Amino acid sequence: MYTIDDARDVNLENYKVDAEDHAYIDNLSQIKSTDANQLLDVGVDTDENDRVGSFIQKDKSVIHCKTMQDGIEVMSISQAQEKHGWLSDYIWKNISPDTDKFTSQAKKKPHEGYFIRSLPGVKTEHPVQSCLYIAKEGFSQNVHNVVIAEEGSELHIITGCATAPHLVSGLHVGVSEFYVKKGAKLIFTMIHDWGEKINVRPRTVTRVEEGGLIISNYISLRPVGSLQMYPTTYLNGKGAVARFNSVLVANKGDFLDVGSRIVLNAPDTRAEIISRSITSGGTIIARGDLVGKVSGIKAHLECKGLILKDGLMHAIPELRAYVPGVEMSHEAAVGKIDQREIEYLMARGIDEDEAISTIVRGFLNVDIEGLPPGLKNKLEKIISETQKDMI
Amino acid sequence: MVNNMLQIEELRVEVGGKTILKNVNMEIPEGETHVLFGPNGSGKTSLMMTLMGFSGYNVTHGKITFKGEDITYMPIHERARLGIGVSFQRPPTINGLKTRSIVEISAGTRSVDVEELAKQLNLSDFLDRDVNNNFSGGEIKRSELLQLMAQQPDLVLLDEPESGVDLESIVLIGDTINLLLRRGIKHPREKPHREIVSDRTKSALVITHTGHILNYITADNGQVLYDGVLCCSRNAREILKWIREYGYKECVRCTL
Repeated sequence: MYTIDDARDVNLENYKVDAEDHAYIDNLSQIKSTDANQLLDVGVDTDENDRVGSFIQKDKSVIHCKTMQDGIEVMSISQAQEKHGWLSDYIWKNISPDTDKFTSQAKKKPHEGYFIRSLPGVKTEHPVQSCLYIAKEGFSQNVHNVVIAEEGSELHIITGCATAPHLVSGLHVGVSEFYVKKGAKLIFTMIHDWGEKINVRPRTVTRVEEGGLIISNYISLRPVGSLQMYPTTYLNGKGAVARFNSVLVANKGDFLDVGSRIVLNAPDTRAEIISRSITSGGTIIARGDLVGKVSGIKAHLECKGLILKDGLMHAIPELRAYVPGVEMSHEAAVGKIDQREIEYLMARGIDEDEAISTIVRGFLNVDIEGLPPGLKNKLEKIISETQKDMI
Repeated sequence: MVNNMLQIEELRVEVGGKTILKNVNMEIPEGETHVLFGPNGSGKTSLMMTLMGFSGYNVTHGKITFKGEDITYMPIHERARLGIGVSFQRPPTINGLKTRSIVEISAGTRSVDVEELAKQLNLSDFLDRDVNNNFSGGEIKRSELLQLMAQQPDLVLLDEPESGVDLESIVLIGDTINLLLRRGIKHPREKPHREIVSDRTKSALVITHTGHILNYITADNGQVLYDGVLCCSRNAREILKWIREYGYKECVRCTL
């Protein structure tokens, strides 16, 4: 029997908060090949083709940072603070440092993080890519990220997080504050590839103004020690829209507690959360929380989980309506693969194992909006490898 | 001597501990299409599921022979590879799997022009949709036939191909079944009819409750399954006439 143990607590004292500096790399193709492979797996294109900017941080050092499109700013958070005095109006304004011990650690011992901004009316031709990478054993990487999509702009970000292959222990704390201004659009895709013993605590809060749109995709297919996150989005302006997709795989011993919370504070706002998760010997708590504060909002939550061999799958979909006139719904389903689906495919001539892996691939294949084709193919390949390991 | 494509001998089948098929004997010679009538609950679909080898349909007695090979306990995919194909009445939805992919799976090692087949079945827009997801009755039937066109089975089992289908679709469905079974009159007429018939090798068992499909396809023989027993075997249209006039009550009289 698997039990939910909330005691996957992280003792901050077990981690080092300092690391040696890594040299800056002018040209990403010169990055060490061992590191490069890890980056590639989380969506970083080291040739920087079809990207309009890059931000790569290794431990506490920003090793590469550039922008290739006018009107798109990519820099380290400390650089941004120097350049933009007004940034104090954004930093620690969505999230309070006192939220929990991780946010206060990020306040006390900060290690950079990215600042990405699209100026008013500017649309990214391709995604900005970012990667936060841990190479130092036992390091607690505490980053603070700020993303601002100014009025009428369109910003697309692919961010990958990974660790060096040899790494045994590590902690990643990521405080992220996103601002989607009036009529702006932010597509944010996050791909995680941590190590088996790495603990991960992202803390993300997004505010969306009138007519703004955020699409957030989160993908974690590889082993992770423990991951706990519950990003919150506030739809504060009329007609704002949020769509959150997540695809999670928990292997033996992994612990994933992942959810999305969307608060619909303004009329005509829309929210959708879609989550697909598979456990094969690990624990997944799939949360979703939709909060309707005004009438005339629409929100839907879909949470599907598969237990492949064994493991624990705990789906917690929540709907909260504070006024009449809201339209909120959810569907949650947890189970094994339907035998009828397996036999249906077998009747077309493939054996049981092939049928199961075909179904698993399909299950994980949520149509993720805005992925460049190269990354889409890469993910399909990883999904196909992942499901082979699981079965 | 005529070769039998399918031979069923003294078949008894249990579903959930209950005997659904009591004693079924049937022969379908190579190249012939047989129609299976029967009231709801008579075991028609159970017979088809048993022929395909689905779980939950336990053969407790008897034997199924396909192309001379005993397939009574053979796994589903081996039967499919040997040449049996099914059009299901209510196939499951498979989320995330595109219709294009299941057609490619059905084609196996055959090279198939999926786009062209889809066009013929008016399903071009469905190739990039998830298998059976929010398909209408007619769309499901056409999607099943699309898969069978790619699979090219020697024995086709069709479960109520006309049910839930609008009038426009049923013509297309009838034409496609005829194409699949080489029974159509629309293909190039370079050979005389006699030769087309004698070259015909594809066999079929078509399950129908209403018999409506007989307006669109031809059949060599009809059978009636009543209460788990095959009680009649003769000209399909003649059977249909009697059932239309007197209902399946007439079949009860025949079994007494």
